[in-house]
Amino acid sequence: MYSDKVMDHFTNPRNVGEIADADGIGEVGNARCGDIMKLWIKVDGDVITDIKFKTFGCGAAIATSSVITEMAIGKSVTEAEQITNQQVAEELHGLPAVKMHCSNLAAEALAAAIEDYRKKAAADSAS
Amino acid sequence: MTEIYMDHAATTPVRPEVVEVMLPYFGTEFGNASSVYGWGRRAHQALDQARDTVAELLGAASNEIIFTSGGSEGANLAIKGVAWAYQTKGKHIITSAIEHHAVLDTALWLKKHGFEVTILPVDEEGFVSPAEVEKALRPDTILVSIMHANNEVGTIQPIAEIGAIVRKHGAFFHTDAVQTAGVLDLNVEELNVDLLSLSAHKFYGPKGVGTLYVRKGVRLDPLIHGGAQERRRRAGTENVAGIVGLAKAFELAREERVAENARLTKLRDRLIEGLQTIPSSKVNGSLSQRLPNNVNVCFQYIEGESMLLNLDLRGIAASSGSACTSGSLDPSHVLLAMGLTHEIAHGSLRLTLGRDNTESDVDFVLQEIPVIVERLRKMSPLYQG
Ligand SMILES: Cc1ncc(COP(=O)(O)O)c(C=O)c1O
Ligand SMILES: [Zn+2]
Repeated sequence: MYSDKVMDHFTNPRNVGEIADADGIGEVGNARCGDIMKLWIKVDGDVITDIKFKTFGCGAAIATSSVITEMAIGKSVTEAEQITNQQVAEELHGLPAVKMHCSNLAAEALAAAIEDYRKKAAADSAS
Repeated sequence: MTEIYMDHAATTPVRPEVVEVMLPYFGTEFGNASSVYGWGRRAHQALDQARDTVAELLGAASNEIIFTSGGSEGANLAIKGVAWAYQTKGKHIITSAIEHHAVLDTALWLKKHGFEVTILPVDEEGFVSPAEVEKALRPDTILVSIMHANNEVGTIQPIAEIGAIVRKHGAFFHTDAVQTAGVLDLNVEELNVDLLSLSAHKFYGPKGVGTLYVRKGVRLDPLIHGGAQERRRRAGTENVAGIVGLAKAFELAREERVAENARLTKLRDRLIEGLQTIPSSKVNGSLSQRLPNNVNVCFQYIEGESMLLNLDLRGIAASSGSACTSGSLDPSHVLLAMGLTHEIAHGSLRLTLGRDNTESDVDFVLQEIPVIVERLRKMSPLYQG
């Protein structure tokens, strides 16, 4: 059902964990549908220098979270924001059709973390 | 890597003794049971014999046995067949919230076609209350369908008691006995049922063959129209090999069931006890009225499919009621009906034991699961461990 690359990220997920002094945190999904992703980012200048995730969910949910951390690290927040769920799925050599909808939330989690970072940055410069 | 199969509620392997009695009907005895010559007569004889065996095992008469393509067809034929035949008498049907989709979706389909359907709730252990059945019965109730034991959580319903109530009110009673055939005593008189469906592949028989018992006097509109087979209630050239296999598998299961149930119960309880030591876990279903092979546990903070994938990587085959394994957006309707939250229902794991499982299989599973649960919890944003 899953590609080898999905299984690789599922069995050896990259960047699992939390960042205590994160610059942005994004959380998407809900327990009702069975997939929740939480992403922490560290931003230096406007480049994402560190990223960690925790996910409650199926194989696809865990693999997409893992792979997006690799895709986003080293990118500027503006670049990282452009990553789509479709690109995440392609990076994993495809996802089963039923998983495209509910479990492929990683791009949204990243976008939420970046939005949180922007809000915090704006609040900091205002104060 | 050795593989351990613990999903016997999904299906079972065909026993060699069963394959052996089936083989001639693929080869030398390939005849159509409706034909007049030797091949046909011999096939017909084999059918008669299988029918007698199944009837005897159910405490029924041979002409009350219809061979079907399995449990889904049995439920469809029982429910649609009675509904169609008795729609002038009444249009009300009662079933429960934890039925297999073969029953539930059939009832809901009838609802679209003008029938009224009452879906009874269950308690937190998965029991349908006989008193609730009695309250729901109306003068226009034509059929009640309550499963004998649930396929997900293994809860065994008080079928005889419910059956007596249904009979008193003049409705017919169907039970989906797919999970209990070969496991529990299935005497249709003692169970007070008018219709009972079962499926061979759940008791080490072949896939695609089942039985619907229909009490004498219960009319049934057929689903499949055509030839005169099965006393005009189910047209189509009979699956002779499959039917012979079903009868043999049912007979073997019946002979061995007491000893096998005792063995499985021990293994089941060992599994349940072991899994209960994992923090934030919960056993689903009744502990006293439970199928001897069923273990169903929820592990909080983690999701079922990721558990199954990890188990599969260790060679263990199991199942889950999470949405991601059902292909729908909601987790198991059974667990939700028992009052579990979505979040907890997503983390359910079902292990169903069978003939091939040993104590060392159980111990291996008990060694692997805590490691997997811990690993997934460490990745879960819901877990504050
Ligand atoms: C309780 C129950 N009813 C009905 C069925 C359907 O049986 P079959 O697969 O033979 O159509 C199953 C099996 O999945 C079952 O567990
Ligand atoms: Zn999912």
